[in-house]
Amino acid sequence: MQTIGPSTASRLWESDATSRVPYWVYRDPAIFARELERFFYHDHWCYVGLAAEIPNPGDFKRSMVGERAVVLVRDNDGGINVIENRCAHRGVQFCQAEHGNGKTFVCPYHQWSYDLKGNLIGLPFRKGVKQSGRVNGGMPDDFVLGDHGLTTLRVEAYNGVIFASFDHEIPPVREFLGPQIAPYFERIFNGRELTLLGYSRQRIPGNWKLMQENIKDPYHPGLLHTWFVTFGLWRADQQSQMIVDARGRHAAMVSRRNEGGKNDDVTAGVTSFKENMALQDDRVLDIVPEPWWNGPSVTMLTLFPSLIVQQQVNSLSTRHIIPHGPEAFDFVWTHFGFADDTEEMTRRRLRQANLFGPAGYVSADDGEVIEFSQRGFRQHESEQTVCELDGRGTGGTDHNVTETLIRSMYAYYREVMDL
Amino acid sequence: MIATRMAADERFAIEDLYAAYVAALDERRFAEWPEFFTEECRYTLMPRENFERGLPLATLSFESRGMLRDRVYGITQTLFHEPYYQRHLITNLLVRPADDSYAVEANYLVLRTKAGALTEILSTGRCRDRIVRTGEGLRFAEKLVIFDSELIPNSIIYPL
Repeated sequence: MQTIGPSTASRLWESDATSRVPYWVYRDPAIFARELERFFYHDHWCYVGLAAEIPNPGDFKRSMVGERAVVLVRDNDGGINVIENRCAHRGVQFCQAEHGNGKTFVCPYHQWSYDLKGNLIGLPFRKGVKQSGRVNGGMPDDFVLGDHGLTTLRVEAYNGVIFASFDHEIPPVREFLGPQIAPYFERIFNGRELTLLGYSRQRIPGNWKLMQENIKDPYHPGLLHTWFVTFGLWRADQQSQMIVDARGRHAAMVSRRNEGGKNDDVTAGVTSFKENMALQDDRVLDIVPEPWWNGPSVTMLTLFPSLIVQQQVNSLSTRHIIPHGPEAFDFVWTHFGFADDTEEMTRRRLRQANLFGPAGYVSADDGEVIEFSQRGFRQHESEQTVCELDGRGTGGTDHNVTETLIRSMYAYYREVMDL
Repeated sequence: MIATRMAADERFAIEDLYAAYVAALDERRFAEWPEFFTEECRYTLMPRENFERGLPLATLSFESRGMLRDRVYGITQTLFHEPYYQRHLITNLLVRPADDSYAVEANYLVLRTKAGALTEILSTGRCRDRIVRTGEGLRFAEKLVIFDSELIPNSIIYPL
């Protein structure tokens, strides 16, 4: 691969394996610049939103690919376009509304206007201004509107989920997901109509990869999250499968909930386990299996680099990772249901949402520990994390007492980053 | 819109309720938080974006005093977090008396201070509450906290 971004020659990953991850991958600005180029701007599909967010012609919403602002918009043919939010004239982020509906995009600075596909359709004074019998100004004769459209991204709305890429040579989304992961994606997104329930946004002061790692880490949920271990939503004695794509970048953590309660193997000495904890109002955990589950009550997909797809019992969300420099990222949760949900099911999804998001019973503390990790990384340049639960290898497993998915991700990472 | 004329002591009683509420939260007397509500109640913490677009997702959504007590258990016993002080400022109370309740709107600002760190803004926005008279005094039947600060600085643990 062609080398893009600043030199990282001074960085040496000491081990051949990925069971140790040096702290500098979470902090180094040159490494971060290379990640943006190689993961967010080339060779990868990035999540930008759901088709259900822009159902009608002219509907648009702002989103991000890496650190670049984009706008997704449905045109009059019903197609979905993703264009960079950057005027071809002076680089202005022309779209300031978070969402809306329009017929054209007009840059406020000099009123260059674009159609919904990003083509430049007009600009003021292109032919100059007549004054006292002469024409002042105007664009040069060889100025062609067609040369000055907005940057458009390659787009694929795969079963209602919109992916975009600045890289127009990229293979289709299904191929990007790979045959191991695609079935779990299609289990949730099989083309049925989605209903938008709403957003949560948080800025987490940690490197963006830590969130990928968090959802590739089945070790922590039954330890950090009392609710998971106590109520059997996620713990080490569950039937689980850790699935990884052929390249190690995407993963699915798949599990089936059990009854919870005490089991000395997984609860003895676990300070977060509360044997006598009982909810005063258990409607938050009013879990009703849905026919499409086909077994698993939990599937957590990590699609590298930008997306997590959550099914935790009846709660569904996409979680968009938007890096913000090497030491922070924005995390945008879009909760959704299905168009044929009953009112009761919608209420259930909304109640269970109390577990998730920036205040959620099993998610607020993920943001907290990521912040603490980042602080620890600042204390040393040369230290490394240890990632050796279940050995030092990579690939899938049929249990959840493992850190193999993190090792797999870093095997891919090292390959692409030339580290 | 001007609030309907009401007796000064009624108005002061409502202001006292808010003052007692924020004192309990800011002094970390979290066990008292559910007691400011009626048994059947609504507590909703929601980004302004969802509220204005009619999207039902809330950051927190509780429907009974029992759920509030569960939240207190959560923040004191289960949710791992870096502890912090909160400081609530509630201003510009707009009170509209109705037959059996008061509709109250107010602006709020909540500051967060972690140990050894500078004070920061945790959240700002508006509450839209419904307050009822009970045998124990005024209580919140509904508390809807709509925050402008949609990009949450990592997490919100304690009640607003």
